[in-house]
Amino acid sequence: MSRTLHGVAAALAVLLASSTAAFAQDPSGKLVVVTSFPKDLTSAFQQAFQKAYPKVTLEVLNRNTNAGVKYLQETASNNGTDLFWASAPDAFEVLKGANLLQAYKPKVEGIPEKVGAYPINDPEGMYAGFAASGYGIMWNSRYMKANELPAPKEWSDLAKPVYYDHVAISAPSRSGTTHLTIETILQGEGWEKGWRTNKEIAGNYRTITERSFGVPDGVNSGSFGIGIVIDFFALSSQASGFPVEFVYPTVTTIVPANIGIVKNAPNKAAAETFVDFILSPQGQEVLLQPAIRRLPVNPATYAKAPADYPNPFKDTSLGSQVNFDVEVSQARYNVVDALFDQLITFQLDGLKAATRAIHQADAALAKKPNDKAKALLAEARDLVAAMPVTAQEAADPQLAGAFTVERKSATDAVPERQAQVEQKWAAFAKDNYAAARKKAEEALALAR
Amino acid sequence: MTSLALTRESIARVRPGPAVAAVLIALFLLLFLVVPVVQVIFVAFQDKTTGSFTLINFADFFRNDLFMRSFWNSFYVSAMSVVVASALALPLAYLTTRFEFRGAVLIQSLGIIPLIMPPFIGAVAMQLLFGRNGTVNLLLRDHFGISIPFMEGLNGVIFVQSIHYFPFILINLSASLKNIDRAMEESAQNLGCHGFRLFRRIVFPLAMPGYVAGASLVFIKVFDDLGTPLLLNVNDMLAPQAYLRISSIGIADPMGYVISVVLIVCSLLALWVSALAMKGKDYATVQRGGGGLARRRMKPLELVAAYAVVLLILVLVLAPHIGLTLLSFATIWSFSPFPDAFTMKHYGTVFLESGQYITNTLLYASLAALLDVVIGTAIAYLVLRSKLPGRQWLDYIAMAALAVPGVVLGIGYLRSFYDVPMPFTGQPLSGFWLILVFALAIRRLPYALRACTAALQQVSNSLEEAAENLGATKLRTISRVVVPLMSGGILAGFVTSFATAAVELSATIMLVHSQSDAPLAYGLYVYMQSAAGRGPGAALGVFAVVIVGLGTYLSHVIIERGRRERGQDH
Repeated sequence: MSRTLHGVAAALAVLLASSTAAFAQDPSGKLVVVTSFPKDLTSAFQQAFQKAYPKVTLEVLNRNTNAGVKYLQETASNNGTDLFWASAPDAFEVLKGANLLQAYKPKVEGIPEKVGAYPINDPEGMYAGFAASGYGIMWNSRYMKANELPAPKEWSDLAKPVYYDHVAISAPSRSGTTHLTIETILQGEGWEKGWRTNKEIAGNYRTITERSFGVPDGVNSGSFGIGIVIDFFALSSQASGFPVEFVYPTVTTIVPANIGIVKNAPNKAAAETFVDFILSPQGQEVLLQPAIRRLPVNPATYAKAPADYPNPFKDTSLGSQVNFDVEVSQARYNVVDALFDQLITFQLDGLKAATRAIHQADAALAKKPNDKAKALLAEARDLVAAMPVTAQEAADPQLAGAFTVERKSATDAVPERQAQVEQKWAAFAKDNYAAARKKAEEALALAR
Repeated sequence: MTSLALTRESIARVRPGPAVAAVLIALFLLLFLVVPVVQVIFVAFQDKTTGSFTLINFADFFRNDLFMRSFWNSFYVSAMSVVVASALALPLAYLTTRFEFRGAVLIQSLGIIPLIMPPFIGAVAMQLLFGRNGTVNLLLRDHFGISIPFMEGLNGVIFVQSIHYFPFILINLSASLKNIDRAMEESAQNLGCHGFRLFRRIVFPLAMPGYVAGASLVFIKVFDDLGTPLLLNVNDMLAPQAYLRISSIGIADPMGYVISVVLIVCSLLALWVSALAMKGKDYATVQRGGGGLARRRMKPLELVAAYAVVLLILVLVLAPHIGLTLLSFATIWSFSPFPDAFTMKHYGTVFLESGQYITNTLLYASLAALLDVVIGTAIAYLVLRSKLPGRQWLDYIAMAALAVPGVVLGIGYLRSFYDVPMPFTGQPLSGFWLILVFALAIRRLPYALRACTAALQQVSNSLEEAAENLGATKLRTISRVVVPLMSGGILAGFVTSFATAAVELSATIMLVHSQSDAPLAYGLYVYMQSAAGRGPGAALGVFAVVIVGLGTYLSHVIIERGRRERGQDH
């Protein structure tokens, strides 16, 4: 009797052990991923993953990065999402700050600490980089030919008069990737000079799009000629057959795109398996597909890449010029966005008018030099470049406080409201651009 | 004593039926519109530092140049869109209702197609055709060395919006014109009035309820439309400003919500003004038998001119669909008047991947539209015919939905329903697909409501009184007399609600919890985020247009047949 009981118990124990073991090795159930990545990327990974782990049903929810973060915040009380999968590291920082992620150390070996000058994984392990991307300039070759424009190489090229009204970018407040481009220029050239470059380029903008994909989309269709974009937008457009080209300027940052497990994930085991899978050689190879074209973080995978594939682990010039300081970037994140919006996005007409006047005066002066006009023109340029805040002020937590949501306690003093600060900056920019235009026009009159 | 008597009398006048209906509708609106929205917009009245009540945020709004500029831009664009949309709708409505005109039904149906422009795609297609480097301008530049700034800045928004929304005027105006009593026209003619004077003095004033209903819809819709300005990268308008504020991380300051409040207030104002314009005028026509304007045969020359005008307008308003169709067959279309080559590949991709999107969309949109016309008819009846105290508020609140940005509604739903678990499954209520239907119904209720109100305004009270005098009960009167007479307007409401709900994105994008429950617009959004997805996205868009167009046409045929059987054909 007792023997049979023992036997049953033993059998049960074996059964139980084997089933839990099977569970650990072979996850199953529904895995919900919130992502900002295009279908091309997600469905390729979905196929590869389901082939390797047929018991898991992968459910992919597409939302742009901002909406995805909002979604996770709003649903945290009864979370149904396992993974958050998106480009911008700062979106992950927001989630980490809100305590919505949980740490996981991927089991995959052979992934370096850094790509370019940027750490691949979050030091606290809250999220992991799985693909790298750099920023650069893409253009439509048919458009360039029709308008007889030379191919640009560096950011500063885009400030040249020849590109007036031909360049597009997405607003950094709307696109985490563009924010990094702007911040890279600011860190690479310094606050004052960086903003000068940014504004000189902005004077040539044709438009500022609301979605990051709006830029490659416009370049692809030829609505505008040149776009400031993240590399894979250009590379995958090229692979889809569009007549577009791409170049990395010297000052660029290679930044990882990331994945993180959401706190209280309903299917944690499957989530961990997925993270390991996309970092494995098998998963990394998916990145090389023509419609995806991102840079793997696993250096071994480049052996299987096409000949002209950019390799940040070999080509040391790529992304190593700027030592990107994440803390500096974090401290002034919202301030940089708001400055760009108030000084550039919403004052674009004024800025373009001033830039055009400066270009015209410059051209006239080249033909007929005039010292007084030259001095006026320099003043006009300084007026355009002038900033309402210094680098120190931008990093000041008091100013940043005007832009944050949380008030820690009722006694926390916020010196100024965001709307007030913005109005001040907008008025500053508007007046300066009008004055710059006037000076440039005076210079033009003198040079004629 | 007197006051007590009065109360008792007023209670006695309130019938239980309407009161119950009013309470049910009020509950629905409260639960699915007011509560979610208030959850979100109370931030506008909150001091950021202390959390106490304040109006300082509104002061900031009026002190800010950008917001004031956005405000005027929105106003200008909306007003101009009404003008351009009227210019497109008037000839079509007049020609098709006033003359023996072949293909009138075709025009009426084709006229609805612009409403079924899925988000993202309309503006993309228009850029490809009319943009600075679009087909038209490339051809003009090659052959004549000129280009026309159709799509530059605010122009582009006005152009796209008036093409997109002119059916609101067309549908409502045609319904009105059809309902005008022929006797009115004949009496005027007997008195020696004809031609343009007849139109200006008799026909147009009688059709006013329809026109005003349509025009106010266009104005409000353009005023708080988000998708078009955003896609054309026009940011200095109110709705985009609200959206940019609300949806950006880290900039969660009160201003986005302040702008939402301003949008809601402005829309209510526009409605109030349109109601004021209609006040004190009686548009009801008693006689029904010979209803509708007399249709006249056109002289050959007139016919040619009429066809030319109609064709020109149709080509213009169908331009986005032409662009969309080209795009769906195109391999690569880049900086050239036409695509490089054509392919069927994109349709294959969509066919394999997107069946679920299409069935979901049909289910959600038709349920939402059904809900809309039921509630719309009920509200219209309560407002115009009952003496319930506060009945006007049902109308105001339902119309306010028009002014609530989809994102605000989406976030509001998440906040209100996320923590409520569903019975049995325990999943969050906000993830249940019926919530999507309610969101769509609330978003599109104003369209149905305006159409139903306009229809009821044209049904004379005396018809009901006659029925009741003959012993019919209230319910029977409504179901056998009022609703059948309103059927044209109700159909118009159903069609606009259905067609626009089928392509709604802004609220649904926040509420989609699983791919298997996702509607078509979500699928489009997913496709349109990548270079390789453009063709399949356009193909899915074509599917959407065809399906919704067919649905519209079918419902039109069914209702027309019903009318004919009841002997109401004119």
